[in-house]
Amino acid sequence: MYKSLSQLKYLLAGLVFGVIFVKAEVISWFRIQEMFRLQSFHMYGVIGSAVLVGMLSVWMIKQFNIKTIQGETVTFQSRKFNRGQIYGGLIFGLGWAITGACPGPLFAQIGTGATVIVITLLSAIAGTWVYGKFREKLPH
Amino acid sequence: MDIFNFVKQPWPWYVAGPLIGLTVPVLLLIGNKSFGISASLRHICAACVPAKIPFFQYNWKSESWNLLFVGGILLGGIVAGAWLSNPAAMTIHPALAKELAGYGITNYQSLVPAELFNWQALFTVRGLLMMAGGGFLVGFGTRYAGGCTSGHAIMGLSTLQWPSLVATICFMIGGLVMANVFLPWILAL
Repeated sequence: MYKSLSQLKYLLAGLVFGVIFVKAEVISWFRIQEMFRLQSFHMYGVIGSAVLVGMLSVWMIKQFNIKTIQGETVTFQSRKFNRGQIYGGLIFGLGWAITGACPGPLFAQIGTGATVIVITLLSAIAGTWVYGKFREKLPH
Repeated sequence: MDIFNFVKQPWPWYVAGPLIGLTVPVLLLIGNKSFGISASLRHICAACVPAKIPFFQYNWKSESWNLLFVGGILLGGIVAGAWLSNPAAMTIHPALAKELAGYGITNYQSLVPAELFNWQALFTVRGLLMMAGGGFLVGFGTRYAGGCTSGHAIMGLSTLQWPSLVATICFMIGGLVMANVFLPWILAL
């Protein structure tokens, strides 16, 4: 019971994150179009400054050996290169410019009342499923 | 101007970007979790339609935090949409406005263009391609790449993973090509 309740912190973190998404208009199809047409700095500024703050935070956690609230040492995953990052990355990029949303914003878009985006989300889940089904046959 | 009206304006990038970046240490410090969103789509497959596919045979319940996180994003969308939304229409680049007007898109009132994404449009070729087709590419591509904008571009780059830089560059190339080469053709349908 306590464990379930403590999980609610992730719901809260997501909620705050969702509000930022909406208020920064990063879930807007128009902003994504401007980004890919090089018409606005907004999205580059958002992603760039997010990465800088993320980098600085990770550096601080490592440098000062900051522990989690449970007292654990923070663990970081390392990424192994495979060609999927190229092929999959290009495919995702194509989709991103059509829907104007990466996976996170899809959830937020539905929340703001664009209920039809449920279809886009279900399609994204289907895409993930098809990848899982044919994973062995795809070049990696 | 009171504080509420102040919050209702669109937030500039230098406010929103750093706040989004802070999600990285917040998730690390509240539960040793790596920021990432597209994995939630995999967990949904594993929970609902695993169909004996090896890729979906794992203990998704141990990753349930990720589902709560995306559930929170949905709630955040509801909260921001209901109480904090900007009453004015979006201001978009004049060149984009001119281009979109050519396809009959002139309403910038909501973040998701109402003229493109609505239930009736789902029964048109353009709408089906954009919603169902676009969504499929997002879900297939992110899993193939092993992450999305959050997992690769933000978390991966924050931890200096060069494969994430490769993925991020490919996201941008795919997007640039779609927006400038193929999308005008789709929008004209």
